[in-house]
Amino acid sequence: MVPTLKDVIARCEALFEDLHFSAVKEWKAAVPGRKAIGYMPIYVPREIVYAAGMLPVGIFGGGDQMEVIQGDAYYQSYICRIPRSTLELGLTGRLDCLDGMLFPSLCDVIRNLSGMWQVLFKDKYVRYIDVPHNYLDQVGGEFYINEMQVLREDLAKIAGKPITDAALNASIAVYNDNRRAVQDLYAYRAQKPWQAPTSEVYLLVRAGMVLPPEEHTQVVRDYLAAVDKEERPKRDKARVVLTGSFCEQPPLSLIKSIEMAGCYVVDDDFGLIMRWLLDEVPANGNPLEELSKAYLHRSAQQASKYDEKKEDKGKYLLRQVKQGGAEGVIFAAASFCDPALLERPMLQEILAQQKIPYTAFKFAENTGQMAPIREQAGTFADSIKLWSDA
Amino acid sequence: MNTTIQMTPPQPSQKPAPEVQKEDAMRLQKEMINANYRDLASAHDQGRKVAATFVPGNLNELVMCFDFARSLPETNALQNGMRKKSGKFILDAERDGHSEDVCTYVKSDLGMMLGGETGPTGEKLPIPDLLLLSYTGCFTFMKWFELVRQKYNCETVMLHTPYQGDGKITQSMRDYVVKQLKETVIPTMERVSGVKFDIDRLRQYMKESAKAEDDLVKVLQSAKNRPSPIDGYFGAVYYIGPIFTAFRGLPEATQYYDVLRREIDERVRNKRGPITPEGELLEEKYRLVVEGPPNWTSFRDFWKMFYDEGAVVVASTYSKVGGVYDSGFRHDPDHPLESLADYCLGCYTNLNFPQRIDMICKYMDEYEADGLLINSIKSCNSFSAGQLLMLREVEKRTGKPAAFIESDLVDPRYFSAANIKNRLESYFQMIKQKRAVAGIATAH
Ligand code: SF4
Ligand code: SF4
Repeated sequence: MVPTLKDVIARCEALFEDLHFSAVKEWKAAVPGRKAIGYMPIYVPREIVYAAGMLPVGIFGGGDQMEVIQGDAYYQSYICRIPRSTLELGLTGRLDCLDGMLFPSLCDVIRNLSGMWQVLFKDKYVRYIDVPHNYLDQVGGEFYINEMQVLREDLAKIAGKPITDAALNASIAVYNDNRRAVQDLYAYRAQKPWQAPTSEVYLLVRAGMVLPPEEHTQVVRDYLAAVDKEERPKRDKARVVLTGSFCEQPPLSLIKSIEMAGCYVVDDDFGLIMRWLLDEVPANGNPLEELSKAYLHRSAQQASKYDEKKEDKGKYLLRQVKQGGAEGVIFAAASFCDPALLERPMLQEILAQQKIPYTAFKFAENTGQMAPIREQAGTFADSIKLWSDA
Repeated sequence: MNTTIQMTPPQPSQKPAPEVQKEDAMRLQKEMINANYRDLASAHDQGRKVAATFVPGNLNELVMCFDFARSLPETNALQNGMRKKSGKFILDAERDGHSEDVCTYVKSDLGMMLGGETGPTGEKLPIPDLLLLSYTGCFTFMKWFELVRQKYNCETVMLHTPYQGDGKITQSMRDYVVKQLKETVIPTMERVSGVKFDIDRLRQYMKESAKAEDDLVKVLQSAKNRPSPIDGYFGAVYYIGPIFTAFRGLPEATQYYDVLRREIDERVRNKRGPITPEGELLEEKYRLVVEGPPNWTSFRDFWKMFYDEGAVVVASTYSKVGGVYDSGFRHDPDHPLESLADYCLGCYTNLNFPQRIDMICKYMDEYEADGLLINSIKSCNSFSAGQLLMLREVEKRTGKPAAFIESDLVDPRYFSAANIKNRLESYFQMIKQKRAVAGIATAH
């Protein structure tokens, strides 16, 4: 039976709210010996984890529903929220279902958290995943392939069997499908944002952090099929790209507030791992080489990734604006988020040159006060509408 | 993160100010640093190109092979901090759209640019011809030079140093750094400078570096003596200045470290304590290990809070940001590029957390410290994120008391003298009590 829109959303919502990761536990329990490996934003080559027969699980902090007590004791006030709530998840046993954690090369906070995890969770597999900032195949590519090979061997050891090229290619194909589905979802929203509000799209993306990829692909497809049958009212809202929330996530109520304030979010960088690689990864070649090439030459630009040339800065954002038919950009960065906040003035300068309006605010994953943000987003939407009507 | 400082003349205060005490070596390093600023100011007039780069993982020997004049933005920021200029620069940068949340070194630098690039000594700082983004131990570096590039359109070359996530340097990491040197960094430097790379010249510089590094290690390790003849934090920032910046590899630096080591040897022989701005410390009451960079805007006041109480820092992690030489690493002229790679890979903030904790515990033991003090810097996630775990772990493993204070590098808004002084006083009390208890325990 094809699930209804309500079913799909209810399922995603339940997955999103479940900070005990029951879906992961169920997946593991279904077949004895199954393992799950957590990863933090933004990007790790999940294809390798899945090829090992393990479930990659995206850990995106504790959101606004969890009280952080122990985690706070490890961080000064001037450090963002996500590492403390992630530690809280770990220290309260909520991540016991994970057999390991991967910490991507993103910022100094996540980097240091990888070592803290080694100290605090000695029985778990922990790996820092470095991605190169040199984009030559024979230089950065070779290094990255070696890094991926280490992960492959480590996971093979945990799984008790080697990860073959065939398994990797099969996994690449599964993620190609998944990426296509998510790209379709984003394209659909950009085309008809009144049909697919971001508060729903976001939940679908988050569901992909805990579901096996095939299942997630199906959920996304089900949503698209179901939502297209609905007749939802089209309103005169400002079309915006939201950027800067690639790591710590704003509360869902904040996303809803932006929409209620008169904005259609037509593109964003939530859960960027789903769309980090921009197109298909060939599933019939040397798998690690293909994953490396995809990262080096065909991946999204983002604050923690070096732009080789000045001219490259902002290209991805401008493309998001163009493809999404956006009229403005909202910079929504987590407080104390170095990469997002250091990148912001550069992107703003480029937008100003292109005469694309923007506004900026900061949030925390547990921000409770929506009124100021709603007001700011509302004023921004009004000003865009005013200009476009003029 | 950085290091090079000069002692400014004493400021008038309530008490008749004693003359600032300096070792000969301190004078020498001040001259070197001033000479570098003069060099930078005149570089373009003399047809020389200018390279800017960072302290951790700086490739000074290599950069000198192309006759670049060398500018270190972190040094500029801290020198501006010492001269009380950084506060305004930071505000200017924030008014220009930079977040209050990000590293103040970056904002001090960007604010200085907005003010027309007048350097800390009042001389003009040239716009760099090359930004050498040697990316060791801190993600902010990348954004910093992207921001500078955005403004000045400078040629930029990246040297990506992988992080020691597993607490070791693998051959793949080393090869990656060496390949970048060969395939991108050196060719870019040749093109920008017009000078052909000569590996023998690099070897020659490295020979000098290794000699200076030997002497620096002896100086830093002299703090194992009782009394310690140096302060391994406040004093050490003077000692590491030349070697962490534009001078490593020059005979002047070798000579500086030779003079310094002799001075310190002499102090050890005579059982002398460290020199502070108010003269020799006569009674060493507390021996501390310090983690984290110092505050620069109130550097002298901060130091005074220690020497007034008879506290000496015997070892610090900050004095390892530009190279962990006491672990045995030396620049190796026989393997020049590989050793540059190992140098970058081995800097303190490129070490993982367990390594940093091990290092501190080892210092506590080898330098017979009474405790650990963490100066947590608001600007610097690279150092600061996770320091509270470090504090617990070190306390647990050594059984010695640890304390935590917070300040910032060059933002005067985040230096609360009264709070820090209170915290330090109660910390010293705690050490005293611990000692008394231990004394009773041994007496029984
Ligand atoms: S929110 Fe920003 S600073 Fe915090 S962990 Fe994520 S990327 Fe790093
Ligand atoms: S974040 Fe820390 S290491 Fe990085 S530039 Fe700032 S002070 Fe230096």
